[in-house]
Amino acid sequence: MPVSLVIEQALNGLQFGVMIFLMAAGLTLIFGVMGLINLAHGSFFMTGAFACAATAAATGSFLLGLAASLAAAAAAGALVEVAVIRRLYARDHLDQVLATFALILIFSEGTRWLFGSFPLYLDVPQALARGVMLPGGIQYPLYRLVVIVVGLCVASGLWLLIHRTRLGMRIRAGESDREMIAALGVNIAGLYTAVFAIGAALAGLAGALVGALQSVQVGMGEPVLILAFVVIVIGGIGSIRGALIGSILVGLTDTLGRFLLPSAFGLFLDPSAATAFGSALASMLIYILMAVVLIFRPNGLFGVA
Amino acid sequence: MNRETLANTVILAALAGIPVLAHLGGEPFVITLATRIAILGLAGVGLNLALGHGGLVSFGHAAFFGVGGYAMGVLASHAQAWTPLATWPVEIPGTNLMPVIWLTAILAAGLLSLVIAALSLRTRGVYFIMITLAFAQMAYYFAISWPAYGGEDGLSIYVRNRFPGLNTLDPIQFFAVCFTLLCLTLALMSRITGSRFGLLLQATRQNPARVEALGVQTYRIRLFAFVLSAMVTGLAGALYADLNRFVSPSMMSWQMSGELIVIVILGGVGRALGPVAGAGLYVLLENQLGGISDHWQIFLGAVLLWVVLFARGGVLGMLCDRRSADG
Repeated sequence: MPVSLVIEQALNGLQFGVMIFLMAAGLTLIFGVMGLINLAHGSFFMTGAFACAATAAATGSFLLGLAASLAAAAAAGALVEVAVIRRLYARDHLDQVLATFALILIFSEGTRWLFGSFPLYLDVPQALARGVMLPGGIQYPLYRLVVIVVGLCVASGLWLLIHRTRLGMRIRAGESDREMIAALGVNIAGLYTAVFAIGAALAGLAGALVGALQSVQVGMGEPVLILAFVVIVIGGIGSIRGALIGSILVGLTDTLGRFLLPSAFGLFLDPSAATAFGSALASMLIYILMAVVLIFRPNGLFGVA
Repeated sequence: MNRETLANTVILAALAGIPVLAHLGGEPFVITLATRIAILGLAGVGLNLALGHGGLVSFGHAAFFGVGGYAMGVLASHAQAWTPLATWPVEIPGTNLMPVIWLTAILAAGLLSLVIAALSLRTRGVYFIMITLAFAQMAYYFAISWPAYGGEDGLSIYVRNRFPGLNTLDPIQFFAVCFTLLCLTLALMSRITGSRFGLLLQATRQNPARVEALGVQTYRIRLFAFVLSAMVTGLAGALYADLNRFVSPSMMSWQMSGELIVIVILGGVGRALGPVAGAGLYVLLENQLGGISDHWQIFLGAVLLWVVLFARGGVLGMLCDRRSADG
């Protein structure tokens, strides 16, 4: 098979991984700082996609749509944190799972109520809706390249935010000792709301960017949420670096597995059996990857015991 | 008789009595609802052993529920098509005999859970939640992408499976089968929770370090509890598939795992009949709210939030004295 096709699929995998990172970063940040497992994170992904699709349809501007997605997801995040999540920090994980599961039901059904059950479509912005020629003669959609670049920029921005700003210093301090930082006069409630809103905004951005590649519909967030969980388990909870490396690993494994496995099985099986085996195994590949990481590093690649 | 025993008696009597009345009054739909309650309650009773007694928050029990369903679907589809399940090394025919299907479902769920638990139990807390969820998703995607048994579309069975001496197509007789299994499992669970193993499991949840210090390997206790819990849920899955005469990957979806947790918690975590009460409430809410609005899940979500935030301990926790269940 041609090398250019493999490179193209690898780029798709990278783009997929970068999107999962935007989800996983928020989740891992929220877990690291507040100790909260948030199933409703996929709902912010959906909120972002719907906000972007609705705004872009109304104004015709994808950039305005992106701004709307960030604003809507951050607002939804802050609102949910103040109304519900705040009461869950001191509870055990079971209560958190159940309450955020309830939030998913409310968000999904609420969105269906507002927008109907038909998927919305979000077009790739005009300026980016073309292919570019990469070195080696590979034709690749510009939009996907831009998505990769945006994702990597957000990743470095997040790193700068956490390691080089006052807010980031407080976030790190909150991670290690919440009583101490509260005693030093930091408004811990406000800090938590801010962290939650940042995480939600990242998920919303991912939703908007992905929304242009697939249809915008209710329930689009949960498959990505579960992938983000896998990423966090692989990378180690609370570690942004682990989330980035885990995301790219998962994105590449999934995309290349789906692409390569059926043809690999085709070398020694007849075509229909090869497709069946290959696609079944490919859909399980990232979970197998997770299991392998777990056997050797129960706390993930970058997790602390 | 303390309040919980009284509540338990009332729950079981209502679950047994209402279908009988519905049968006499010619309301088969009510019987089907009660059968759903009994089956989902059974699945919840299974999950409750891991989640309530063992403190193992499994977000992946739908995998075992679905494997039980597929055990029924695969065996029955071979029986209805008169094709053997396997021809090598010995010819294994399909079957439509319920006891054989149940046993297969229990064994299959047990085997799968053994693998999943052996890996997942290396972790604790939130990792465990995410990993059980991820393994269930793996089973889900496998079921979707494996074309031999219907793939995404699932498998339909034309006639409900047989139980010797009964006409299982009669709603009340099928209900009786499910209810009997539920009662047998409840009796078994009460023996288990009172046994040495049951007490060790409780102790492992409350203070693993102390149990280790007593010379007991907590890993084995947890593993055994998880596998047992999955087996019960697998049995419920086989019954559920038989009730609908249909099995599809959606039985393994993460929503199903969530629903099972909801059922356990609505009723009261760690209480013997909590899952049955929870299943009853869940099915009734689904039906009543579904009649009011198409968007009934918003209200379900609101009820759930309310239960988590303000009514901890579920229905049975509110009805009974809290202290009586803490032991």
